[in-house]
Amino acid sequence: MRVIASEEISNTVKNLIINSSVNLPEDTYKSLKQASEKEISESGKTVLNQILLNADIAKTELKPLCQDTGLAVFFVEVGKDVAVGGKNLTDAINDGTRAGYAEGFLRKSTCDPLSRKNIGDNTPAIIHYDINDGDKIKIMYAAKGGGSENMSRLKMLRPSDGKDGVIDFVVETMREAGPNPCPPNIVGVGIGGNFERSAIIAKKALFRKLGAKNDDPELAEMESIIFEKVNNIGTGPMGFGGICTALGIHIIKEPCHIASFPVAVNIECHSHRHAEVII
Amino acid sequence: MGAIKIAAPLSDETILSLKTGDEVLISGTIYTARDQAHFRLVKLIEDNKPLPFDLQGQIIYYVGPTPEKPGEVIGSAGPTTSYRMDKYAPTLMKYGLKGMIGKGKRSAEVKDAIKKYKSVYFGAIGGAGALISKTIKSSKVIAYDDLLSEAVRRLTVENFPAIVINDIYGGDLYEEGRKKYENKYNYNNIIAV
Repeated sequence: MRVIASEEISNTVKNLIINSSVNLPEDTYKSLKQASEKEISESGKTVLNQILLNADIAKTELKPLCQDTGLAVFFVEVGKDVAVGGKNLTDAINDGTRAGYAEGFLRKSTCDPLSRKNIGDNTPAIIHYDINDGDKIKIMYAAKGGGSENMSRLKMLRPSDGKDGVIDFVVETMREAGPNPCPPNIVGVGIGGNFERSAIIAKKALFRKLGAKNDDPELAEMESIIFEKVNNIGTGPMGFGGICTALGIHIIKEPCHIASFPVAVNIECHSHRHAEVII
Repeated sequence: MGAIKIAAPLSDETILSLKTGDEVLISGTIYTARDQAHFRLVKLIEDNKPLPFDLQGQIIYYVGPTPEKPGEVIGSAGPTTSYRMDKYAPTLMKYGLKGMIGKGKRSAEVKDAIKKYKSVYFGAIGGAGALISKTIKSSKVIAYDDLLSEAVRRLTVENFPAIVINDIYGGDLYEEGRKKYENKYNYNNIIAV
């Protein structure tokens, strides 16, 4: 059994957080660049160029891309032949989160939902675990902003609603969201599972590389239909009007109950900060 | 299209001249406030107590910056989504607020108040916090430091970039922009690799 010290995990998490806050991932930068070339609206083009300039400034001056440095969301895959020494894995990730948000001068955005009092250190992180084969731990991190999260939706469709029901729900969610979630957006769609599972896989779908095709041809086709419909809404970059409202539609599906048809739409802003590491 | 340079606080003349879709560069003094600060400001008005700053002619910027590093004026400082302040904004406009900077749609009540009290709603680019912070030349917390990033700050800005979303004439850039580009996307414009 391989043993990884909890300090190593905390350190890795801290560095992931600090680096992500100032470095827009390459696939996102490339996708925004392509959008700036395709956009036909003048103000939309201006916005996209400003977003790219912002990414350049963040990277060279080590200044956070966005003031909303998010809640810290993790998808963690733990091999069956690895153990964590010292603190438990959840505490190790929270220690790394606390250190990353403090040492990176990032905004602390967790608060009590009722009193609205700030927790002060951006914990607790939101962590989803999976168990795998092997002796490694894979940590996927996203800084998830509140603006796009607030526009996300979940609906228990009827099985008779079919594929068209899913497509309509995603497009309607994006139409209602309009300028609020900082378009152009990445749209994660979770189909199936149950109530909570659909939301978790919608979030996980956001991690797929922008521009990478869905392995499932049926889902790939749905993605391109939704992509066209969403970009026909007219919202455009920051909602000032245009044809670049979504950078990508990413769907994951899982089996569900014979009576259910859950669909979750998790919207991500253009400041698509995510990173992963294998220890 | 050239941006229009305007001064903050806003004069009546500036407000009359601004139209939906105008790109502006704002210079002068503005204040920051988000959810909890709005709640407190409106409570003070309801209780007939003095506010921590005079609202007359002022612009409030909806922002909660990242902590500044040693030597920095301010951290990353882009706009937050405005609708969360919709409940409070009409009261502040009634008592003199003339401008708001944020991002995203406003309620019908806020749009009515913008016309009634002659105010302007400006949109800034969300997710461009590093870029926008360069236009902020000074920052001082003047109230509610217990709210951390949500404290009220007085900012001096130079050429702060924004666009007029809602003007006093009933214009709405989000509605007009969307209608203009509805169904303009086609397969020739697929952004996929």
